[in-house]
Amino acid sequence: MDFRLGDEAEQLRHDIQLFLDDLLTDDVEAEIYRSGVSHHPGYVSGMIEHGWFAGNWSKELGGAGLDPTSQMVVQEELGRREAPMNASSVSTMVAKALRAHGTDQMRSEIVPSILRGETICVLGFTEPECGSDVANAQTRAVRDGDHWVINGSKMFTTNAHIGDYVYLLTRSNVEVSKHRGLTTFLVPLDDPGIEVQAVYTLSGERTNIVYLNDVRVADAARIGEVDGGWQVLTSSLVDEQSASFAPWLIRLLEEVEAWAVETGRHDDPDVQERIGRARAEAEVALLLRRRCTWMDEAGIPRGIEGPMAKLFSSESLTRAAQDLFDLVGPDALRSFLDPTAPRAGRIEYLMRFSLGTTIYAGTSEVQRTMIAQRGLGLPR
Amino acid sequence: MDLQLSAEQEQLVAALAGLYSKHASSEAVRKAESSDGFDPALWGRLTEMGLVAMAVGEANGGWGATTLDLALAVEQHGRAVGPAPLVEAQVAARLLDRLGDPAVSEVVSGERMITVALHPAVDGTARGVPAGAVADAAIVLHEGALVLVDLDGRRQTFENLGSLPLADISLHGVSPDGPGARVLAAGPDAGAALERATDDWLCLTAASLVGLGARALEIGVDYVKERHAFGVPIGSFQAVAHPLADSATALDGARFLALEAAWAADEDIDRAAELAGMAFGFAGDAARAVTAQALHVHGGYGFMMEYDIQLYWRRARAWTNVWGEPSLAYRRAAAMRLGA
Repeated sequence: MDFRLGDEAEQLRHDIQLFLDDLLTDDVEAEIYRSGVSHHPGYVSGMIEHGWFAGNWSKELGGAGLDPTSQMVVQEELGRREAPMNASSVSTMVAKALRAHGTDQMRSEIVPSILRGETICVLGFTEPECGSDVANAQTRAVRDGDHWVINGSKMFTTNAHIGDYVYLLTRSNVEVSKHRGLTTFLVPLDDPGIEVQAVYTLSGERTNIVYLNDVRVADAARIGEVDGGWQVLTSSLVDEQSASFAPWLIRLLEEVEAWAVETGRHDDPDVQERIGRARAEAEVALLLRRRCTWMDEAGIPRGIEGPMAKLFSSESLTRAAQDLFDLVGPDALRSFLDPTAPRAGRIEYLMRFSLGTTIYAGTSEVQRTMIAQRGLGLPR
Repeated sequence: MDLQLSAEQEQLVAALAGLYSKHASSEAVRKAESSDGFDPALWGRLTEMGLVAMAVGEANGGWGATTLDLALAVEQHGRAVGPAPLVEAQVAARLLDRLGDPAVSEVVSGERMITVALHPAVDGTARGVPAGAVADAAIVLHEGALVLVDLDGRRQTFENLGSLPLADISLHGVSPDGPGARVLAAGPDAGAALERATDDWLCLTAASLVGLGARALEIGVDYVKERHAFGVPIGSFQAVAHPLADSATALDGARFLALEAAWAADEDIDRAAELAGMAFGFAGDAARAVTAQALHVHGGYGFMMEYDIQLYWRRARAWTNVWGEPSLAYRRAAAMRLGA
C-alpha cells in the first residue's frame, strides 16, 4: 500500500492552484456568486489552454490524456476552490455520452465545439413529478415521420438560460415497461417551443424549469436507439455516482481553522473536538473517493464504491457545516460577502450549499439502497 | 496511490483469519470471560506465530514488520474479539525496541508479556491498565520517569464491561532500579516515548475496531436476511437496511483511515500522530454505531447473552474507553494540526 499520489500529481495540484489563485480574485468570486451561474469565460479559456478542460480525454479526442489520479487531483482542487465549473463539467459529461451514443454529426461537430468551450449543454432528466425515479419521465416524444414532437417539462435544468442544447430524457413508448419506453435527444435550446424560467435556490445558484411545447426536432437529434434511452442514461450517470464533496468539506475546515486561529480559540477543547471530528470525516471522504480512482487505475470494476463516496462526502459535509456554523456562533449568521462576516461569510454560504449535496446526483436514500442491495446483498 | 496489499500481507491476513476461526470461536471468547478475558492457549499460538516478535526491529531480534503489517494483523484480531492483549503487547514491544531495553528480547522470545499504561500514574497508582491483569510487567510513567515494573503483588484486577484483562497497578514502594523495577527513560524523553506509544496504540486499536465492526456488520446483515416479519425478510425494510448501509460505508472509510495512519507511522511521520488520533476517533464512532445497530436489528434476541452480537457491542464500548472516548482523540488530532 502507498497513500502518496506521486510527484507528478502533486505538481499538477500546484499548477492548478496557481491558475485558480490568479483567476479567482475576490472580485471575480463575488461576481460569479452574484450571477448565480457557475460559469466564467476566463475559467473556460484557462482550462482549455492548460489542457484540463476535458483533461482525462485522450489527446486525439481533444483532451490532455490525464490518468485517473491526475484527473482526480484536478477535481479535488476545482472543488476546494469552488471554481466556476458547473456549465463546463456538465457539458463534457454530455459530450462523453454523445461520443458513445450520438450521431456522426454530434460526434464530429458538437463534441469538438463543447471541447473548444463554445457550446454549453445542460441536463434534462428530472421533472416536476419525478426525481429519484428518473425512469418514470413523462415528457412525451411522439414520432411524426422523420421528426419527433416533444411536450412536457424539465426541472433543475441548470444553465438552460445560457446553454445551447438540453440532453433530454423523454417517454417515447407508453406501451412497454417504464425503463423500456425512454428515448434521449439533444434538443437546441433556441427552439421556439422552449421556455426557460428561472428557479432560485438556497445556495445562491440559479437553476431553471424548462417547458417544452410542441418542440419539433428531426430524428437526427436522437441519441442512441429509439426506446433505448435507459442504456444511454445509465452510461452517462456513472460519473455522477462517484461525485465527491470532500473538497468542499476541506474548504470549510480551512475557513473554520483560520477563524479559530484568528480568534485565538484554537486551544479550546470544544473547538478542537469539533474540528478534529470534521477533519477525520474529511479524510475518510477523500479516501473513499480516492479508492474509486485507484480501482479505475488498477482496472478493477467498481461496485458500490462510487455510491459510498457520494453518500459519505455529502452527509459529512452537511453534518460538519451545521456543527461548525454553531461553533462560530452568532457571527456565523453574517452573510456571504458581507464585509462584517467572519471569513467573508464563506461558512454561512457553505452551510446553504451543503443542503443540495445530499439530494442531487442521487439522493442519500438512493445511494443507501444501492449499498444495501448490491453491497450487503439485502433483499429488495 | 496503491491500495493493494502485498503478497506477504495477503498471506499474513489469511493465516491469521485461519488461526482465529479455529482457536478464537465465540465459545472460546465466552470461556475466557471467566478468566480475566484471557485465553493462554490463544496467546501461546499468537506468540509462537511471531505476532509480538514482528513488532520489534531486526536489530533487536524481531521481524521488523511495518506498522501497516501490525494493523492488518490486529484487524483480524478485532474481527474475532480475540481474548488476548495483542495490541498492548505489540505497542509495548515497539516501545522497548525504540528505547533499546534488554527486556525486548524476552518479549520477542515470548518468555514475558509486557504491557504499557496509557496514562501516567496518579498518586502512585496507574488505573485501568490494559492487560494489567495478565502481563508479567508494565511500562508506567511514574513521577516523570518511564519505569518497567514487575506486576506480581502490584495489581488489583476488576470486572469490567468488555471482559478485558484490566488492572489497577500500585507503584507504592517502587524504587527506581531497585528489585522488580527499572527506569527506561527520564525527563522529557520519558513523556515523549509514552506519547509515541500512545499514537501506536490509537492507530492499532483503530484497526482492531475496524475488524470488530466489520464482523458485527456481517452478524447483523446475516440476521436481517434470515429473520422474517410481516411476511418478508426484515432486511428488505429501508428503515433496517439504510443504517446498515451507513455503517458499511463508515467502516470502509474507517479501514482506509486506520491503514493510512499505520502506513504514515513509517512513511509520512509528520502526519502520523494526527492520523492516529483521527483513525481512533472515527473507527471508535463507527464501531459503536455498527454494534448498536446490529444488536438492535436482532430485536429482543440482541439483548440476550446467548447471541454473539453482545460480545461485540460490549467490546466496542470497552476498547473505545480504555484510553478515553473518541472525542478525546479528535481533540488530540486537532491540537496537533492547530499547533495548540
